[in-house]
Amino acid sequence: MKNSYLDIARNGLWSNNSALVQVLGLCPMLAITNTMVNSLGLGLATTLTLICSNVSISAIRHWVRPEIRIPVFVLIIASIVTVIELSMNAWFHELYDILGIFIPLIVTNCMIIARAEAFASKNSIPHAFADGLFMGLGFTLVLLLLGTLREAIGFGTLFQQIELMFGDNAKWLTVHLFGNYRGYLLAILPPGAFLGLGFMIAFKNMLDRRIERKRQAVPAKQRVQFVK
Amino acid sequence: MNISISSSPFLNSGNSVSRIMLLVLLALIPGILAHIYFFGWGVLINMAIAIPSALASEALMLHLRQRPIKPFLSDYSAILTAALLAIALPSLAPWWLVFVGTTFAIVIAKQLYGGLGYNPFNPAMVGYAMLLIAFPREMTTWLPATHDMAFMDSLRYSLFEVLPSGHNLDSISMATPMDVVKTRLGLNMTIHEISAQFQNLFGMLGGRGWEWVNLMFLLGGLLLIFIRVISWHIPVAVIGSLFFCALVFQLADVDAHASPLFHLFSGATMLGAFFIATDPISAATTLRGRLYYGAGIGILTYIIRTWGGYPDGFAFAVLLMNMAVPTIDYYTQPRVFGHQDD
Repeated sequence: MKNSYLDIARNGLWSNNSALVQVLGLCPMLAITNTMVNSLGLGLATTLTLICSNVSISAIRHWVRPEIRIPVFVLIIASIVTVIELSMNAWFHELYDILGIFIPLIVTNCMIIARAEAFASKNSIPHAFADGLFMGLGFTLVLLLLGTLREAIGFGTLFQQIELMFGDNAKWLTVHLFGNYRGYLLAILPPGAFLGLGFMIAFKNMLDRRIERKRQAVPAKQRVQFVK
Repeated sequence: MNISISSSPFLNSGNSVSRIMLLVLLALIPGILAHIYFFGWGVLINMAIAIPSALASEALMLHLRQRPIKPFLSDYSAILTAALLAIALPSLAPWWLVFVGTTFAIVIAKQLYGGLGYNPFNPAMVGYAMLLIAFPREMTTWLPATHDMAFMDSLRYSLFEVLPSGHNLDSISMATPMDVVKTRLGLNMTIHEISAQFQNLFGMLGGRGWEWVNLMFLLGGLLLIFIRVISWHIPVAVIGSLFFCALVFQLADVDAHASPLFHLFSGATMLGAFFIATDPISAATTLRGRLYYGAGIGILTYIIRTWGGYPDGFAFAVLLMNMAVPTIDYYTQPRVFGHQDD
């Protein structure tokens, strides 16, 4: 098996990150990342969908004819999203109200069908599970980071409305970073999402390039020593 | 003997980026003087904050992008961006508003797109639009033309946001003529009733004070055309289309639409038509394209002023047309001499 679990994890979290590299699922990502809690809520819902859909699609991969695979994938993903939507409505009703249309829209998140087609339909169930988990986590982490940046710059707070996810006991988590902050409306509005995501992609590319340069620099040094 | 050999072109007009930018800056002076006369020292204080922050952020970005710093800093383009933004900002602007706007304009709208010559959007207008969206309250504190803010009072407000005792923001600032016209028309008042009720806001041509600022920018702009720094196409198209739209709608319903002259001599019209829309980098480049580009700005300005959410829409009109520039240039390529027009 060429896909080791380490490779799957590295792909999902960094080198093939669905948000920063594949740039899939932009619509929910840009729309709801204005606070940390919203980002976390949608990220986790997407991760759960991704795991369930990857596992089910991997389980039926030998019985679905290739001609009809896409409608079958869509059907499976849609059923799973419906279940998750109904559960969120039951247990996190206020968060459900805020995220609104973006929960049913997880169905149309290209990332999920992309993983189903590119990975789950060709790999074993444990591998598909790991791929769903790490792809989802990578997506959630980027969402969370973008949400943190936008909330900190836009509202000057962290963990605002945390009670929607963890109940009233978690209210103490809300942090006000600056006293008497006016707020920076642009960060909360859609332009802030585009700018923030752009900066994050640029930052990742910069890190990648730096790592690559270091990797190339090491053998050169060894070669010099060898010649001596 | 040492003969230096150079390649073509052998003739040049003597124009360089720095000379053009400097001439544009000089042509702004009459308008700035009128601005100071009517709306106080705020514009000068804004410029004193904007220019150093523009130069600093330009130097920082050039350093990060590993480009030579000195030639780019001395071409006056960052100073011109800062000056245009400073003029567009309200006369009662806190220092951080100016700083944030200028830095955003230089860093995001100019340097991140590749620096001078590569920015698809006018940096000053990007900074202005960003501030208008992010800080709507601070961006609307205009002084009336009949104010009595001394230089020290303005400086104090800019640095510490403290007004002279006995004043608050509501008592000292005032809606601009364009804002009054827009909100009162929304309340179903007629133009006639508005100008009767707010006599001290209106002058002969447009808003009181604003008409002189606009006339002075018109003067500076005509000078620029006269010394051939800008061509006449864009300003004429902007002003012509704005005038035409206003005229048509005024003829259709004289009570519910401001006069064409009011549109030309209030708000940002003249500054925008001669100094902002003509930015050689973000404007259309073909001659026919410049006419379409300018006409688009004029029409969009009229649409935003009349039916949009903002009393003046010049910045948004310019940015929208900036987006259309590649398309305009593509379809207005002049026919190459000797080729068939297909």
